[in-house]
Amino acid sequence: MQDDDTVFHALADASRRELLDRLYARDGQTLRELTAGLDMSRQAVSKHLGVLEAADLVVTRRSGREKLHFLNPVPIRLIHDRWIDKYTEHRIAALMDLKSELEEKRP
Amino acid sequence: MTSTTVPTTTVQVYRVHIRATPEAIWEAIISPEWTKRYGYNTPSEYELRAGGAYRSLPSEEMVAHGMPADSAVVDGEVIEVDPPRRLVQTWRMLFTPELVAEGFTRLTYEIEPEMGGVTALTITHDVTGAPITAESISAPASGAGGGWSVILSDLKTLLETGEPLYR
Repeated sequence: MQDDDTVFHALADASRRELLDRLYARDGQTLRELTAGLDMSRQAVSKHLGVLEAADLVVTRRSGREKLHFLNPVPIRLIHDRWIDKYTEHRIAALMDLKSELEEKRP
Repeated sequence: MTSTTVPTTTVQVYRVHIRATPEAIWEAIISPEWTKRYGYNTPSEYELRAGGAYRSLPSEEMVAHGMPADSAVVDGEVIEVDPPRRLVQTWRMLFTPELVAEGFTRLTYEIEPEMGGVTALTITHDVTGAPITAESISAPASGAGGGWSVILSDLKTLLETGEPLYR
């Protein structure tokens, strides 16, 4: 079950963000492919992927004998809808209030 | 880059956890009364058997902009039905001739109950050979909806609060 805490925790790590970027560049990679060219052991990458999977940021699918990792953008959308929209909307509403208040005070 | 052959990305996967029963999520996917309340607000019609027809009709907003109310905006065929756990179908958008020309893609809904009254909904969309469709469902141009991420975020809010997110 992903919640905001697990998503923020998963994102608060440069290695894990790099893994997400790699999946964004090319989705559906195996652990071996994701480890290639990284300065990290296979075990470390596997552990990071586990944290990303627990946060729903990565979803794995079986394809024959291989386990493929897919970037799941939904948790980031949920954070956007839950937090970012709320604050931007609030600011716009505050500006609208200010505008009408100022306009009413006009002589 | 790796030395192995790099396959073209043809599958997109989306997952959301929703505090709802598998039955409620199933109903929200297949019924016109629910599908018109979230996402693109396009009521869906399913013949729930292998080989049955699927189509989504235009939303009220699309009709207000001149789309014929009885002409499908997405169509396809049901491949596999296992309520309330699994639905496999073909899926083709009909908004533009280019989308129609890309043909049918393959869409799988999987619904898995977990602990604590929470259910995982996973969408696997095979968009092999359909690059415009692939872009439309992942990162559509602004004003074009928002793809599966937005649909699933809206669905989660609707099922958990009784109100849709965006309208």
